[in-house]
Amino acid sequence: MSKLLDSVKFDADGYLDDPNQWTEELAKEIAAREGITLSDRHWVVINYARNEWKTKGEAPTLRNITKNTDVDTKELYGLFPGGPGKLAAKVAGLHKPTGCI
Amino acid sequence: MKTFLVLGAGTGGTMMANKLAKRLDPQEWKIILVDKDETHYYQPGFLFIPFGFYKPEDVVKTKKAFVPSNAEFILSDIELIEPDANKVTLTSAKRVIQYDQLLVATGTDIRPGEIEGLAGAGWHQNIFDFYTYAGSVALSKFLSTFRGGRVVINVAEMPIKCPVAPLEFSFLADYYFQQRGIRNKVELIYTTPLSGAFTKPKASEMLGGLLEKKGIHIEPDFAISDVDAGKNVIYSYDGREISYDLLVSIPTNMGADVIGRSGMGDDLNFVPTNKYTLQSQKWPNVWVIGDASNVPASKAGAVAHFESDTLIENIERSIHGQALQETFDGHVNCYIETGFGKGLLIDFNYETEPLPGTYPLPVVGPFSLLKESTVNHWGKLAFKWIYWNILVKGLPMPVPSRMSMVGKRA
Repeated sequence: MSKLLDSVKFDADGYLDDPNQWTEELAKEIAAREGITLSDRHWVVINYARNEWKTKGEAPTLRNITKNTDVDTKELYGLFPGGPGKLAAKVAGLHKPTGCI
Repeated sequence: MKTFLVLGAGTGGTMMANKLAKRLDPQEWKIILVDKDETHYYQPGFLFIPFGFYKPEDVVKTKKAFVPSNAEFILSDIELIEPDANKVTLTSAKRVIQYDQLLVATGTDIRPGEIEGLAGAGWHQNIFDFYTYAGSVALSKFLSTFRGGRVVINVAEMPIKCPVAPLEFSFLADYYFQQRGIRNKVELIYTTPLSGAFTKPKASEMLGGLLEKKGIHIEPDFAISDVDAGKNVIYSYDGREISYDLLVSIPTNMGADVIGRSGMGDDLNFVPTNKYTLQSQKWPNVWVIGDASNVPASKAGAVAHFESDTLIENIERSIHGQALQETFDGHVNCYIETGFGKGLLIDFNYETEPLPGTYPLPVVGPFSLLKESTVNHWGKLAFKWIYWNILVKGLPMPVPSRMSMVGKRA
């Protein structure tokens, strides 16, 4: 495991404990750990998620991302295979999305 | 004279209108209740109609019967809410109501149009919802002549009203087909965008185990992209496809259009609400109850009931210039029908997930938590009487509003 990943704390599901510790370098390493190489399109989603967190205090839902960026749901699943909402939040250093009850 | 305006006369709006009528001084306050529909549906009953366990007429009463005598009931859709101007414009005769306090109780509805192909040629042919009166009645007709095949239950997107209902539908379908002697000719598949049967770990494990025990296949992390009603296939965004003979769909749930039009909602038209006080996050004289809000609690009548206790206190406090109480704890209490005359009960809140134990009292219960029992099933059936006679009338219920750890095993 890398020194950078070792230097911060994650919760049991692999989400960064303190979103304020997030850096772009850290995002690249978290992504790599999840098997993702970040492209410009990933960054559109990550930057949007970070901004949403800054204003609203939580990770955005899929619907929120696709409504407010030019990334549609199909592309989102391509970028973050499996669970794009959870995976994007993870890479953006945010807590696990709480959207569904 | 001041005006207290309640938008929506469903479970939450009706219950609150009754509580307000008792608490507000009638010399000082006029209560107005608005709804576009004359009929009050007992929505938990929609689950039983497809299988013929309830008849359609069992779940219908008129809304007016529950309106307090000192309140005005207006039958109309709502055109626009202007909370900055304390003003609501109704569709009917373009009547404008100036309010002092507003309660939003406009609920949530299914939006099959949000998923490509869902609302097309197959809708109410071999694709049905059971979240509307029309859908559950149409599905009961279809099922009565169904001779076998693959039944796919699909939850499109979270959050949904009564998040356990799709599971209950699956359990009851297994029971129903066994009773008809054709279970061996029916394949049941439960597809969900969640990673398991439910959102909370212990309940998810327990309910997932029940699905397995009943021979219902679960397809988790299935985010539906579109429906091909010609081929009878549903597709997920990650490239999975599942064919069906009968598709039971729980479409995307959204708040009322007027919330979106009025700029009061989030991406799904739910109103951003303080999750502890139930006051709007933006307007201090706007309150939100039930499915219409964005609070992270289940969208269900029992939750609206627990919310009403916090709301009535806070509305009175706000009117008298006192500080609000942060008393709503996200309490959810729901019976889950599991078929064969049995049921489960879960009881949880924002902080505590559903746990095993007994409810409301330790050991003697009489209800058991997270465990199948006949008594739980009776509880579910008794709830219909409680709903019409206590709940919507805003009368006190014999259980506390805040969740208690008494009887629970952590």
